[in-house]
Amino acid sequence: MSRFEYAPAPESRAIVDIKSSYGLFVNGQFVEATDGKPFKTVSPASEEVLAEVSEAGPADVDKAVRAARKAFDKVWGPMSGKDRAKYLFRIARLIQERSRELAVLESLDNGKPIRESRDVDIPLVAAHFFYYAGWADKLEYAGVGDDPQPWGVAGQVIPWNFPMLMLAWKIAPALAAGNTVVLKPAETTPLTALAFAEICQQADLPPGVVNIVTGAGRTGQALVEHPDVDKVAFTGSTDVGRATAKSVAGTRKAVTLELGGKAANIVFEDAPIDQTIEGIVNGIFFNQGHVCCAGSRLLVQESVYDEVLARLKRRMGTLRVGDPLDKNTDIGAINSAAQLAKIRELSQIGEDEGAERWSPECELPANGYWFPPTVFTGVSQAHRIAREEIFGPVLSVLTFRTPAEAVEKANNTPFGLSAGIWTEKGSRILWMANQLRAGVVWANTFNRFDPTSPFGGYKESGYGREGGRHGLEAYLAH
Amino acid sequence: MPTKDTATTPRLEVRKTYKLYIGGAFPRSESGRSYVVNNAKGKFLANASQASRKDARDAVVAARKAFGGWHARTAYNRGQVLYRIAEVMEGRHQQFSAEVAAGEGLSISKARAVVDASIDRWVWYAGWADKLAQVVGSSNPVAGPYFDFSLPEATGVVAVLAPQDSSLLGLTSVIAPAIVSGNTVVAVSSYERPLPAVTLGEVMATSDVPGGVVNLLTGSASEIGPWLASHDDVNAIDLCGITSDDEARDLEIAAAGNLKRVRRPAEEDWSADQGLSRLTQYLELKTVWHPIGV
Amino acid sequence: MTTLDSGVDSLADVTSSEDRLRRFLLGLPGVDQVGAEARAATLGTRSIKTSAKQYALDLAIQMIDLTTLEGQDTPGKVRALCAKAKRPDPADPTAPQVAAVCVYPDLVATAKRELQGTGINVASVATAFPSGRSSLAIKIQDTKDAVASGADEVDMVIDRGAFLSGRYAMVFDEIAAIREAAGDAHLKVILETGELVTYDNVRRASWLAMLAGADFIKTSTGKVSPAATLPVTLVMLEAVRDYHEATGLHIGVKPAGGIRTAKDAIKYLVTVNETAGPDWLDPELFRFGASSLLNDLLMQRTKLATGHYPGPDYFTLD
Repeated sequence: MSRFEYAPAPESRAIVDIKSSYGLFVNGQFVEATDGKPFKTVSPASEEVLAEVSEAGPADVDKAVRAARKAFDKVWGPMSGKDRAKYLFRIARLIQERSRELAVLESLDNGKPIRESRDVDIPLVAAHFFYYAGWADKLEYAGVGDDPQPWGVAGQVIPWNFPMLMLAWKIAPALAAGNTVVLKPAETTPLTALAFAEICQQADLPPGVVNIVTGAGRTGQALVEHPDVDKVAFTGSTDVGRATAKSVAGTRKAVTLELGGKAANIVFEDAPIDQTIEGIVNGIFFNQGHVCCAGSRLLVQESVYDEVLARLKRRMGTLRVGDPLDKNTDIGAINSAAQLAKIRELSQIGEDEGAERWSPECELPANGYWFPPTVFTGVSQAHRIAREEIFGPVLSVLTFRTPAEAVEKANNTPFGLSAGIWTEKGSRILWMANQLRAGVVWANTFNRFDPTSPFGGYKESGYGREGGRHGLEAYLAH
Repeated sequence: MPTKDTATTPRLEVRKTYKLYIGGAFPRSESGRSYVVNNAKGKFLANASQASRKDARDAVVAARKAFGGWHARTAYNRGQVLYRIAEVMEGRHQQFSAEVAAGEGLSISKARAVVDASIDRWVWYAGWADKLAQVVGSSNPVAGPYFDFSLPEATGVVAVLAPQDSSLLGLTSVIAPAIVSGNTVVAVSSYERPLPAVTLGEVMATSDVPGGVVNLLTGSASEIGPWLASHDDVNAIDLCGITSDDEARDLEIAAAGNLKRVRRPAEEDWSADQGLSRLTQYLELKTVWHPIGV
Repeated sequence: MTTLDSGVDSLADVTSSEDRLRRFLLGLPGVDQVGAEARAATLGTRSIKTSAKQYALDLAIQMIDLTTLEGQDTPGKVRALCAKAKRPDPADPTAPQVAAVCVYPDLVATAKRELQGTGINVASVATAFPSGRSSLAIKIQDTKDAVASGADEVDMVIDRGAFLSGRYAMVFDEIAAIREAAGDAHLKVILETGELVTYDNVRRASWLAMLAGADFIKTSTGKVSPAATLPVTLVMLEAVRDYHEATGLHIGVKPAGGIRTAKDAIKYLVTVNETAGPDWLDPELFRFGASSLLNDLLMQRTKLATGHYPGPDYFTLD
């Protein structure tokens, strides 16, 4: 062997036990759906069918909401914060104990590299439950009044990009604040949510406190529109977010929305170059770019454009695309055929509009949904690939000359979820952070998440915050 | 070869030697002294090590050495470690209950409730680790182009003269708020009821708490207190376990030498919710200014 | 960050005056500590199995500068080390030889005799190793002695005091003088990164050493803690990669001290592979300064061959 070729290093699948079919999790038990058709969830890396999952129809959603209402009225609402905390701590510990299993399951169902599900997603899931467990008996310190009260039943709809992490972002603060929940995972990634249902059973969580209804848009709509849901939390596309906002109009439901983004990742000439390249790569290729806050627009100061691009391309050449369960994979599979089609379409539009497309040489597996890490140069603000969320491993590169121009370009979008700044100059970081109209600003890092840190968008990226003290506020009537 | 039918003779129990807990180890007092611990009815329970000023000195060295590492841990990690204390205590519930019942003269069911409350208190404080800065810190809108924020930070080594009456719940309630924010502690237990403190040390040693973060001395607060109060490498002192006003005043005067943060003795209801005051007692507030400009 | 692409001509220019050298070094792009350490940690999660592990273990053995640098060293000890270098695993003749044996100057002749005709180099530390606190004249003489005794490679230390106080030209001149005194011997320049503390300093010192004529840049003497770390080595690998881009020259890197396990060694090889690139996966361009590492590599090698874990008693002490 003349080169250092990494041999396959697959994480064992033996640790997960996937059932052939799953019911809905309502009132502490797995039950058959009554008015929906079962659907299949596949591994996007192989198109192998992993399991059959029940679709919850309106009647099933109604049952779940009733169970949640009853649990809220009889058990969870009256329970002391101290005991709610203990349940959440238990859940956090169970997640830690089953972390490898959950990571493998997540990578199988979602297509993300095991390195990420193992080192990022699942540890953050446990951390979220720990953090909000600690709030459950301290609500009076959350800064929302002396005696904050839960809304009641929360209807929560989450996306497929971080299936279990989004579940944690939704369920942990909701339960800590004293709400009960009905959660709908995405139709392409239901398995870790169903594993979470089992964890609730292992924790002896009272029935009805957490209910999981699987299904697609129709199920989500039934949940959001259910009259006995007090609080709606949605994470997903801006279009569905807009529809959600319309459908709750005129009701008294509280709403938080975490939607799309088109973040600017802004590189100044005095940036710490090697870490900046890592940050650009992490910003757009983390989780195949299926990240609402991805740094999908790279804004580079013209004086260092050539060097940044050369280094970025060299680094992209070392990215390893392939089997999500291989411990050395950097970029896994695109989550679904539909998403792959969308990425392909927008990339084609990028080429058609005159941007220059580049990908490193990389062999893609024959089966499954794959897209190589891609960078577009010569992109202008007018190009669709600079304006629309691609939600894939596709980076659009633009340039700027002055900080003011960088701010103008960064803010020139209907979105406002996140932004990145790369410079060794502290005062410029703070100046830029002040000017940027985005809910999260990363400086000399990107795509960092922590349960203590509020996350959410400006403008069409949604409203409300998740994480931190502010994330708790979303689940408290005040 | 079996010689006797063991069923007819009750098994003779193996008794525990109660020692100090310093720097993660369990030494006897360097002074070689011990004292008799009786139960509430005056019956002999055990001999406890009687800590000396030199033990206190060693404990302060251990606490100082542990401070850097403990303080540098993430708040999340400290929270997890405190929660682990609660988990491990749960497994020793019976032992704690017996020691509390014997020492405080409580019925076993009341003693159990005290142990329950003590464990729950660790859980309550564990949750504060990564929330304290969010509740007591601030970003300050100064009138100028500066980003200005204030963050709480642990003060350092805290000496605790633990309550005399409440030997476990009281002890927990004075140690937990100090260490959760990153301080390290040298605690002198209740003199007459030291056994739960020693057992708590055994819990510490088996629950991921780094050696030196909590040091537990059994013995007399009146004897050791002045040495801790005047020690220049101790940053704060809790006089909770001092029952005489004169003694407390003298200790406060000694503590003024290096301007220790002093918590004066006061009437305490250990079963009540504790609020933030013990947490914030051992915090410094650091304010940072940074210019904003291109 | 514009300086790195400025090419050979301007690099010659930067050493033309003390002021220019200083401005060049201070103008190098910064290294963000958190980012650099995160990158090293991620590289450390690579999982090297089966055929890749076999390749890595053998390569790592061939990259070892088997080292003894103790006050208690004797010719007997050095002879034993040389025997180990020649045949690391007496039970398995397929185990490759190490790259070099590294000793103090007075033991170079002994090592040279033992290693005659084996292809294994003799490396000598010099320049008042490890502190470097002597006059230049003595450092030059120390180097000449080592070379005259037969050293193929000279491991010199930089003057950290001068570096930390900003006297870059003095450090540069000293390296250049040793470069000259070392003649044809390969020159490894020890930065003692544990004393330079910051990654910015590591990057500057790396460039300074390369500009002054180093064939290799080496992390540590092994006498200061921390010795080699993965992020420090990452920053040095970035420096040799960038230097190569600018000049076309390949400079080697040698982490030394603190690398004791095969697992660690493989992390370094992964970092080499994905930072400087496959060209550097060669004993000519990457070395480990180590002693106990060798036996762990041999044990892992045996484990791969036999399928069970061997015990330390089955491997020779050096």
